[in-house]
Amino acid sequence: MAKTAKISSPYAARIAARGHFRTLRLDTPFQPRIDALMKRNDWYDWGGYRAANSLWDEELEYFAIRSQAALFDISPMVKYGIEGPDAEAFLNRVTLRNVSKLKPGRVHYTAWCDDEGHVLDDGTLFRLSDERFRLCCQERHLPWLLDSAIGYDVSVAEQTEAIAGLALQGPTSFAILRAAGFAGIERLKVFDLADFEHQNGTVTISRTGFTGDLGYELFVSAELALSLWDRLMEAGRLHGIRAIGYTALNRARLEAGLIVANADFSTAEHALRADRVRMPDEIGLGFMVDLEKGHFNGRRAIEIARKNKKLRHILVGLEIEGNIPADHAIVYHRGKKEVGLVSAAGWSPLAKRNIAIASLARPFGDTVTDDLWVEIYALRELKYEKLMKRAKVVPRPFIKLDRRTANPPADF
Amino acid sequence: MTSFDVVVIGGGHNGLVCATLLAKSGRKVLLLEAGSELGGAARTEEFAPGFRVSSVAHLLNRLHPDVVTGLDLEKHGLNFVLPEQIPSFSLSAKDGPLALTGAYGEDLVGASSSEQVAWRELRAQLFRYAGILKPFLSRRPPDLRGGNSLSETLALGQTALALKKLGKEDMRDFLRVILMNVADLLDEQLTDDRLKGLVAFDAVLGSHLGPRSPTSLLGLYYRLAGEVGGQPGAQLVPKGGMGTVVAAMAASAAKAGVILRTGALVNKIRVENGRAIGVVLENTEEITGAVIVSAADPSTTFLDMVGSRELDTGFVRKIKNIRNQGDAAKLHLALDRAPRFSDLDADAHCGRLVIAPSVDHVERAFNPCKYGEFSPEPVLEITLPSLADPSLAPDGACVLSAVIQYAPYRLKEGWEIGKPKFFKAIMDLLERHAPGIGRLTRHVELLTPADIEERYRMPGGHWHHGELQADQMLMSRPAFGTEGYATPVDGLYLCGAGSHPGGGISGAPGLNAARRIMALER
Amino acid sequence: MKTWDAIVVGGGHNGLVNACYLQRAGLDVLVVEKNDWVGGAATSRELAPGFLYSNCSYVCSLFRPEIMRDLELPRFGLQVIAYEGGAVFTRDGDYLANYRDHDAHRREFARFSKRDAEAYDRYARDVTRQCRFIQPLLMRTAPDPTSLRPRDVGELMYLAKKIWDLGPSQMAETLRFWTMSISDFLDEYFETDVIKANFSISGIIGTALGPMSPGTAYVLLHHYMGEVDGSVGAWGYARGGMGAITKALSASFQASGGTIRTGAEVDKVLVRDGKATGVVLANGEEIFGKLVVSNADVKRTFLKLVEEKELPDIFLRRVRNFKIRGSSGKVNIALDSLPEFPALPKDSPCYRGDMHFTDSVERMERAYDDWKAGRWSADPFLDMMIPTTLDPTMTPPGKHFMSCFVQYCPPKVEGRDWTDADRDAFAETVIAQIADYSPGFRDRIVHMEVRTPRELEAEVGLTEGNIFQGELTFDQLLFNRPVPGYAQYRSPVGGLYMCGSSTHPGGGVMGAPGRNAAAEILRDLSKPTRHMSPAHDVI
Repeated sequence: MAKTAKISSPYAARIAARGHFRTLRLDTPFQPRIDALMKRNDWYDWGGYRAANSLWDEELEYFAIRSQAALFDISPMVKYGIEGPDAEAFLNRVTLRNVSKLKPGRVHYTAWCDDEGHVLDDGTLFRLSDERFRLCCQERHLPWLLDSAIGYDVSVAEQTEAIAGLALQGPTSFAILRAAGFAGIERLKVFDLADFEHQNGTVTISRTGFTGDLGYELFVSAELALSLWDRLMEAGRLHGIRAIGYTALNRARLEAGLIVANADFSTAEHALRADRVRMPDEIGLGFMVDLEKGHFNGRRAIEIARKNKKLRHILVGLEIEGNIPADHAIVYHRGKKEVGLVSAAGWSPLAKRNIAIASLARPFGDTVTDDLWVEIYALRELKYEKLMKRAKVVPRPFIKLDRRTANPPADF
Repeated sequence: MTSFDVVVIGGGHNGLVCATLLAKSGRKVLLLEAGSELGGAARTEEFAPGFRVSSVAHLLNRLHPDVVTGLDLEKHGLNFVLPEQIPSFSLSAKDGPLALTGAYGEDLVGASSSEQVAWRELRAQLFRYAGILKPFLSRRPPDLRGGNSLSETLALGQTALALKKLGKEDMRDFLRVILMNVADLLDEQLTDDRLKGLVAFDAVLGSHLGPRSPTSLLGLYYRLAGEVGGQPGAQLVPKGGMGTVVAAMAASAAKAGVILRTGALVNKIRVENGRAIGVVLENTEEITGAVIVSAADPSTTFLDMVGSRELDTGFVRKIKNIRNQGDAAKLHLALDRAPRFSDLDADAHCGRLVIAPSVDHVERAFNPCKYGEFSPEPVLEITLPSLADPSLAPDGACVLSAVIQYAPYRLKEGWEIGKPKFFKAIMDLLERHAPGIGRLTRHVELLTPADIEERYRMPGGHWHHGELQADQMLMSRPAFGTEGYATPVDGLYLCGAGSHPGGGISGAPGLNAARRIMALER
Repeated sequence: MKTWDAIVVGGGHNGLVNACYLQRAGLDVLVVEKNDWVGGAATSRELAPGFLYSNCSYVCSLFRPEIMRDLELPRFGLQVIAYEGGAVFTRDGDYLANYRDHDAHRREFARFSKRDAEAYDRYARDVTRQCRFIQPLLMRTAPDPTSLRPRDVGELMYLAKKIWDLGPSQMAETLRFWTMSISDFLDEYFETDVIKANFSISGIIGTALGPMSPGTAYVLLHHYMGEVDGSVGAWGYARGGMGAITKALSASFQASGGTIRTGAEVDKVLVRDGKATGVVLANGEEIFGKLVVSNADVKRTFLKLVEEKELPDIFLRRVRNFKIRGSSGKVNIALDSLPEFPALPKDSPCYRGDMHFTDSVERMERAYDDWKAGRWSADPFLDMMIPTTLDPTMTPPGKHFMSCFVQYCPPKVEGRDWTDADRDAFAETVIAQIADYSPGFRDRIVHMEVRTPRELEAEVGLTEGNIFQGELTFDQLLFNRPVPGYAQYRSPVGGLYMCGSSTHPGGGVMGAPGRNAAAEILRDLSKPTRHMSPAHDVI
């Protein structure tokens, strides 16, 4: 078998890999299981992987998140392993938040910027041990991370293909993990992580997620992926576990008020137009900026922008009257002046509100929050119904579920 | 712990200029030099018993007049006697020598009369165009962030006016040739290979370019924008070597109250909350300063002394991307007596002797260095400083000092193996032009860029602390983000050759840096 | 005797574009072409029975879509097919492919370097930013920086504003980019030699510079700023060969009432009282016109077609100083079957793209060193493709046409003229290189046409065989192209205009010089230009 053949040299590895052009979208390690459940053949391209938009019914898939437990394949997420005596110092220089406050066994949501203080990406940082970290994100950053490592005793390894990931989200997710025999899972508080035995290896489970609900993320080496899936499915049978696609997850993340790189903001390495880049304060990530710690990338630019009030944009949550989703609608002040754009929108089943995330030009959304309107073009039977709807700036998340943080989590 | 208003790192000429001017403005200035004596690459050193030589730079052709007056150098022992300016000879085994006398060839000797006319025209044009650019030497590069002061904006306006004053056709030619290669311009106007070879050599001297590389003409403008003793284009071999220039600067510095410390190697620039607050010496001694100025090259300054941790990644990238690998080697020969160069009068031996017999020859010499090989037929510039200043050599003996291109910093085969081969190539060439020179040679010192790096703490062994090419000039020198002497680290400034306008014994970076510091740090 | 409203000298693509626009503005236009066919360097010629050769230019991307639309070229048969990436063969028996699919592209790079694979996005972004900056300038007449006329001042302000709008750091990047070598530029992104060689290609094609010469990063843009039907940066084949472009142009021209005379070589431009009044053909025939537009390069136009006495000294001097350097040759081959490249899997899309054998920047630069010494490259750089893998109209089924663009190839061999023996030896160098990677290649050859600068100059009329009608270095771009003071398509002779690639924005099968020249002519005639689409937006 070619796969297990020992690859003797970089040259041999290079030759062995060249048939990749025959498969433009890779399968994730979970693909056989997902293919078996896929009824709609509704795929999309996630970073070069074939990923499910929806498996059987996007509406019901959403409710699986909110009332039972949903299993979502997050393997295509870009992952970097960061290790070494200087790993903490390195990450403190690269990312906005203070990594010294991140204890081993903890996870935090963070972001990182270029010299000009423009956000390169956001992601989650897992502190696996004192000197071992994993960074998960949407875009690829290997050159940036390697160049940032100059002057640090740290190694950076790209691990996207090697490590498979699953998100298990929903009220019964804890019960499932317990039923699956992950002893001690009840000790995980939100943003905790721990290693658990699986087969002859380990699975790293963190109490994190992208839904605002009770939930976990599980990472294993690619060879152990299928057995992990089976273990969860087996354990979850009585707890309503369902595999889901991105559409359902996207609804949940909107309710949780979470943003997606290159959907809700443009990342600095992708923006062609000078005015499209954003500073952390302009996309609601200002809270991450830790000026108490030492130098970090973009610090000077951020401080200057704050001082000179050069923060031009703001990202806000909107509540919009009516129930028509306002995707990519233009936001107006007093119904006339164009002040921004909605980047994500939808009806929230949990909040029973029409919600949206929008980027506005300050002072709108910042000091001027009244008299905002969105113009919705609803295409109805080949005719646009143009609606001007009143919008109100509201805090994110749009929903707050106590079960997300409850300790111990409820055992359904 | 001692504290100063300003701590200057590096006692080369730029460090001295900057320190002196800041001291004169009433600041308490400490200058730290790692070596045992001041001067950096502008020293006079003994390379063989009784033989002394200007160790890297051996010609004075661009000391900025504001430096001369600002430091009262004439009062401190530096005297320019213009009759001492020396001619340049282009040596050619085929056609005999050709001389550029006066300030960069006021007269052309040894060429046809039509060539003389053509040269006069070209020379006038070159000086005219270099004159447009000259004011930029003593200013900081234009601020693209729009932070130009009124006087800086006016100065830019004056440049525009000077351009207009050229007249329509001349302005058009200026704009056409500015980024051109020197070979094309020479081919358009001249015919004499020796003359073209010499000028082409001057254009590419100290850079990783051949005469056919686009933008190589800028190197010639840079050369011609320099002046000595008020005479643009002039050159001279300073009596006592380049060390006398530095001695005058050091005297001026001392007079201004600069505390000069040699043997003080700075290991770290201490940064706290984004601001440079002092330096740490190799012996762990800490010295604080309100302002830290580095005359060291940008990569040493930022990557070694400051460290990447206090800098942004993009900026570190830019510093890493600075091309700073030199191609110029330096040869010193201790000779039993003065050599005789064929077809050259005895007194002509005091001049600058250039072996670059044609543009193609220079271009061919350039080719191998692109691939990490030295030129088998190098091009070089020779002076025999002891002829005019016998104190540099024992009685009757002679010093030969030559700058040789192209000798890539990173030789593929390694300099340990390559150096003897390169030396042989040079000596074979010299022997052809000065038969018997080999037998006169008592002692040799050949400094490759790798040697220059080690001895003068210049990474890459580059005179200019970084290629002086269009994409590393002005706003891009040494890198955008630290182009105006200020750096991303508050209170830290650059004042070395790596900054605008570049290297050579001009003092201009030191001068501009001092002015900028005075404007920003009150 | 008839006096034409305009006579266009030379039926290359720019001449035809110019003629089309003038004819459509209501002028009565004559195109005179020395060859028995039109097309200039954009031709398809049947040089072996049943085989159509794109024997000069061979790929299409730069041709402005605005022009295709204005002149209704699809109606006259023009179709451009995007092709599928390409490959650089490596000496160790592997290859680096360029795939159109973004992730396949990344994975391919990752075979050589994970870092380089992830560096590509930033590289693409930065180059795209430069393209976006330059693209709007293509369809505009360059301003004269010495002029105070409102139009020139306005255009200079437009340029200044465009630069200022970049913002400080991008402005600094742009200024730097314009004077960098492609090799230095790539060093800032990539670590792998073959990947750098892969991208250097676009910095040197058609240029008498090596990848290490400053200014070659800019040349890159001349190969990136095109598109195939909105797919920016893509390249394609014109169905039926590059002649399909000029065929469509001449059909469009004739359909709107224009007249073409082939086999009519112009010997002189007639000038009376400082005004062009027509042309004299080689056979002595005089043709009169109210104005004359030359598609020939600036040297040919003013040093051969116009009497010296009609031109000011300073203009002549500048024309003589204009650098048109022959640096490339062409080997066109008819094949009786598709060649095999054992390194490349049989189902690889790279067969349907451009293929190269130069796997390092050093090899490319050394090839240039040979040229500087007056020799063709011993280890030449080849831009090789087989358009018949996508275009069935050029050869009989199963047979193929292969186009090899070869660099570097000097205009003279060590200072003397080319001989047939030189040409054959040059061709052998090329064939030997291909055969090294494709066993049995020689046996597939049915017919071969070898074009050194000698042939390109003699047949196509390109001085020194330079494909851009003049080097794309700074001294010859924008308001310096072709010569300072005459960068707006006009000349010192009244009524004599230039419309070839010697003028702004330069070479490539782009059509912009022909179009821009037409706009200037119509402006002088106070004729409306409503039939000329404004430049497409860069959004």
